[in-house]
Amino acid sequence: MLDVDGLNVWFGAPANRVNAVQRASFYVETGESFGLVGESGSGKSTILRAITGLAPDWSGRVDVDGRTIYRDRRDRDFYKTVQMVFQDPYASLHPRHSVDRVLSETLKLHGMDRIEWRVPKLLDDVGLGAKFRFRYPHQLSGGQRQRVAIARALAGEPRLLLLDEPTSALDVSVQAEILNLLADLRAERGLTYVMVSHDLAVVGHLCQRLAVMQSGRIVEMLEVEQLRRGEAEHAYTRSLLAASVAGGRTGTEGGAELSPAATGS
Amino acid sequence: MSLLDVENLRVSFDTRQGVVEAVRGISFTLGQERLGIVGESGSGKSMTGRAILRLIRPPGRVEADRMALEGEELQSLSERQMRKVRGRRISMVMQDPKFSLNPVMTVGEQIMEAYLLHARDSRRAARRKALEMLEAVAIRDPERVMKAYPHEVSGGMGQRIMIAMMLIPDPRILIADEPTSALDVSVQRRVLSIMDTLVRERGMGLIFISHDLNLVSEFCDRVLIMYAGRIVETCEAARLHEARHPYTRGLLNSLPRLDQPQDRLEVLARDPAWAGGDA
Ligand SMILES: Nc1ncnc2c1ncn2[C@@H]1O[C@H](COP(=O)(O)OP(=O)(O)OP(=O)(O)O)[C@@H](O)[C@H]1O
Ligand SMILES: Nc1ncnc2c1ncn2[C@@H]1O[C@H](COP(=O)(O)OP(=O)(O)OP(=O)(O)O)[C@@H](O)[C@H]1O
Ligand SMILES: [Mg+2]
Ligand SMILES: [Mg+2]
Repeated sequence: MLDVDGLNVWFGAPANRVNAVQRASFYVETGESFGLVGESGSGKSTILRAITGLAPDWSGRVDVDGRTIYRDRRDRDFYKTVQMVFQDPYASLHPRHSVDRVLSETLKLHGMDRIEWRVPKLLDDVGLGAKFRFRYPHQLSGGQRQRVAIARALAGEPRLLLLDEPTSALDVSVQAEILNLLADLRAERGLTYVMVSHDLAVVGHLCQRLAVMQSGRIVEMLEVEQLRRGEAEHAYTRSLLAASVAGGRTGTEGGAELSPAATGS
Repeated sequence: MSLLDVENLRVSFDTRQGVVEAVRGISFTLGQERLGIVGESGSGKSMTGRAILRLIRPPGRVEADRMALEGEELQSLSERQMRKVRGRRISMVMQDPKFSLNPVMTVGEQIMEAYLLHARDSRRAARRKALEMLEAVAIRDPERVMKAYPHEVSGGMGQRIMIAMMLIPDPRILIADEPTSALDVSVQRRVLSIMDTLVRERGMGLIFISHDLNLVSEFCDRVLIMYAGRIVETCEAARLHEARHPYTRGLLNSLPRLDQPQDRLEVLARDPAWAGGDA
């Protein structure tokens, strides 16, 4: 579904160029979920933005659904296939468009019928309900806005969904609902996901494989199963893993001790 | 004396679809401590912080029996006096950092401005302070970031820039709204340790809004749990995992765990009675 080969992305004039992504390569099978984790500023969002045409300067090859993407030539078909949920939902929602307008215009753009039925259905799917339908972005809490952004991305029924920290503004109960929704959609429609997250437990829940980034490069690629067995090799992955497992331990059994639990359990 | 005293705070909005009661009569005090606020999306956490700083615009309405900063009633201050409170005495790290930063001003200028607003010092010293602060929040390339505009930094960098900017004037109280939600654990720890030092060494009061239960239970002293605009439970942070309210229990159960894979995550069955219950 997605094949990225030798992707470089840079910003700015040569004198003070920022090489945000360097020689990144990975592929994602149809129906698979792929995680991107890594240090803050390591280039994760930039990779997603380059795929959707939001980073002007890049080189390398990107194939989506068997078709190579050429510079600035993403057509309607492309956006029918690929949708993205941005890390920063505030910036991606038009401040003067109500939730209803955002969703119904997106639905129309994708040639969907029964809009009156689909808008409340989308809101329900992301746990918002119809009472939020006529609100404007500034009338929503952070997590409510993020869910509107998720609903908008789902509206056109894309086949590849690029998710940039989709649950980072959500409390754990809503996060669980969204992760279950994503898993259901994958089961029903064979959706493919690329998900950026700093939370290994979230990546581990939804994804089968992941890439780890540092300073613009992919430094490690591994299966979630390997991650669970503690088989990460790169120092950054290992430190992330140690902390995630320690944190996750206190889930239900009570007690405040955050023991640095054995990663192999 | 406590740093902050809030009694019966209410925030509501008139909308075309009727009145939205975002905060429904909450009371709490803040000392020189780390006070966590957790609760589900839309439960009123951000509005609580904004109400304290008088940042809720009409048609939003704020009412409280008392909102006192070191004994001084905030509600009776003029707008001009309130401007002096913001930043110097209480500062707030907003949930949408990149949206709250000025888009047409470089990061460096903004941090320096925050510093110079409250300290009589040279621009040169301000620049040095700003660089130090960026380094302290683990920004890898502070010289470059000083010159960058907000849209040129990553999500997690934006969050740390905002934190640097809010800490640089050395406030009495910091309200941090999901300050580390885009940061991985190692950077998170660094940022938290800076806040922690300020609480312990300078007696700052910290209100730490977060949905990360593990983080809050590890890092804070006390936690308020909000649901539908009310405080439904208050507990010692270290005992958060023994919380009794069914809502809190539900939250604890819906965490995904790397070491225990599940097909489906548990979701909350929300009970309408929780919204009615008293704090
Ligand atoms: N428009 C831009 N102009 C200049 N530099 C940019 C621009 N956009 C991003 N960058 C730089 O590219 C690098 C990678 O940023 P990116 O947003 O991809 O990081 P990220 O991995 O998503 O981090 P985070 O986890 O903090 O969101 C950063 O150093 C950032 O400052
Ligand atoms: N201008 C407004 N008009 C109407 N309702 C509003 C407005 N601003 C906020 N609200 C509502 O007030 C409630 C509380 O919002 P608040 O931003 O405090 O939530 P929160 O607890 O911070 O949630 P999150 O974790 O998602 O950020 C939400 O249900 C929100 O929809
Ligand atoms: Mg990012
Ligand atoms: Mg909020």
